[in-house]
Amino acid sequence: MSIERFRGADAIPGVLRHAMSPGSSSFTEFLSTAAPDLLPHPHLVSDLAPHGTTIVAAVYDGGVVMAGDRRATMGNLIAQRDIEKVLAADEYTLIGAAGTAGIGIELVRLYQVELEHYEKIEGTQLTLDGKANRLATMIRGNLGLAMQGLAVVPLFAGFDTMAADPATAGRIFSFDAAGGCYPERYFDGVGSGSGFAKSSLKKRWRPSMSADEVVRVSVEALYDAADEDSATGGPDLVRQIFPVVMLASADGTTRVPDSDLDVVVRAIVDERRDQPGT
Amino acid sequence: MTMPFYASPEQIMRDRSEYARKGIARGRSVVVLRYTGGVLFVAENASSALHKVSEIYDRIGFAAVGMYNEFENLRVAGIRLADMRGYSYDRRDVTARALANGYAQTLGSLFTDQQKPYEVELCVAEVGDTPDGDQMYRISYDGTINDEPDFLVMGGQAEALTTEVRRTFTDGLDLGEALGVAVRGLGSVGGNGTPRTLPANQLEVAVLDRTRGTRKFKRVEGAALTALLPTDSSAAPADPAPADTPPHDADGGSSNGSGGDASS
Repeated sequence: MSIERFRGADAIPGVLRHAMSPGSSSFTEFLSTAAPDLLPHPHLVSDLAPHGTTIVAAVYDGGVVMAGDRRATMGNLIAQRDIEKVLAADEYTLIGAAGTAGIGIELVRLYQVELEHYEKIEGTQLTLDGKANRLATMIRGNLGLAMQGLAVVPLFAGFDTMAADPATAGRIFSFDAAGGCYPERYFDGVGSGSGFAKSSLKKRWRPSMSADEVVRVSVEALYDAADEDSATGGPDLVRQIFPVVMLASADGTTRVPDSDLDVVVRAIVDERRDQPGT
Repeated sequence: MTMPFYASPEQIMRDRSEYARKGIARGRSVVVLRYTGGVLFVAENASSALHKVSEIYDRIGFAAVGMYNEFENLRVAGIRLADMRGYSYDRRDVTARALANGYAQTLGSLFTDQQKPYEVELCVAEVGDTPDGDQMYRISYDGTINDEPDFLVMGGQAEALTTEVRRTFTDGLDLGEALGVAVRGLGSVGGNGTPRTLPANQLEVAVLDRTRGTRKFKRVEGAALTALLPTDSSAAPADPAPADTPPHDADGGSSNGSGGDASS
């Protein structure tokens, strides 16, 4: 009866109890008060959890390509042959997660909801830099896990709809386990095979390449990584398992169909067969 | 000794209802109706920033009339609830029915427990894979919930508008025809007897389009809206607003220079 109860946050009844209290446009912040148990914070699982491996991203004239291999490993065993580690975060951005697969996938899922949640509540999308910074904050929140060897380091890329020149609107951001966020100008990679993949891209990637050319050099970079790193899976022509390759451009995000990748992979394999030393 | 204050429960409820109803009737109306491709939301709203219609989730849309701050609060709460359910279960497990029940529960409790009821009326609509799966729920300030089969009208001169829309609505309208029904309906009231023609900048239009990908909600704005609007201009030129809107609708103020006040 007292007037103090009038519209107090505690007085809101029902399932909307938490949802009606004041707060920011961040879904993660809301979840940490309303249902903290839903946030990704797994226990010590070390080798029991499958690990994901190599992701690369490279810009092209008019957008950006991201590609990831399909293997997840558990110690010396292959846990899964067709895991998908590169996903669309929203309409114009791509995210790939290397590291402990379980945490990575959950982080990506949470991040996808985070971006959509912001867009629905604010009626507008975050800027590309805003999205990257938001992701950095979420990685920082996982620092404790990183210390236990369960680091998840994503690679983030997207088409900047506010860029003055669409030709250079494809952008890449890399992160470290401490939450640092670094814009990359040309290409980058994460995961255990990324050193090999980046060396490959260093020789093959050129500025102002077309989308098809960058898809080709990205798949080739993953091929090189799989060649040297046991935790990275190469394209599997027998089972028709190809890397996940996605583009972000002015048209939004698209996934390159397996039928196209089949052609790309066969071309690479044929070329390598002619030069077995490479 | 002062006399102890007593008011019968009936009286208290009646007063609160009347208070809420008056508040809701002061704003301008929203029409939500089914068309062959999904669900159409049409609101008379001169503001392009303060929305009355919003996306909640993949298949779910929201429309509201009344106090802006109150329904905005409920809108945000709905998005949070939907996103949390979708995150913890699956995207397909988020339903309009659950959300409408949540709103009903909350509004019902607020109506009985609080000094002042929320002066809002909400619509939660969901689009199905086929027209049979479309759902529209109306939730009133006191938590009353109704499942409307064809269309619903909220706010402003809702009764007159309902009569008008019922007269012109038929099953199986396409998007343009449904928009025509809603816009002519909205124009039929508030003009002191003469029908008003509502231009695109006075309308907030959105659809839940079952043919779209995961997220079915889409705003219809700008040239796309102008192209869909009924072209018959037999009605009188735009009369921007019923004079009684300002205190309750964010869109009605005469200080809103970009609104319809200048366009007539």
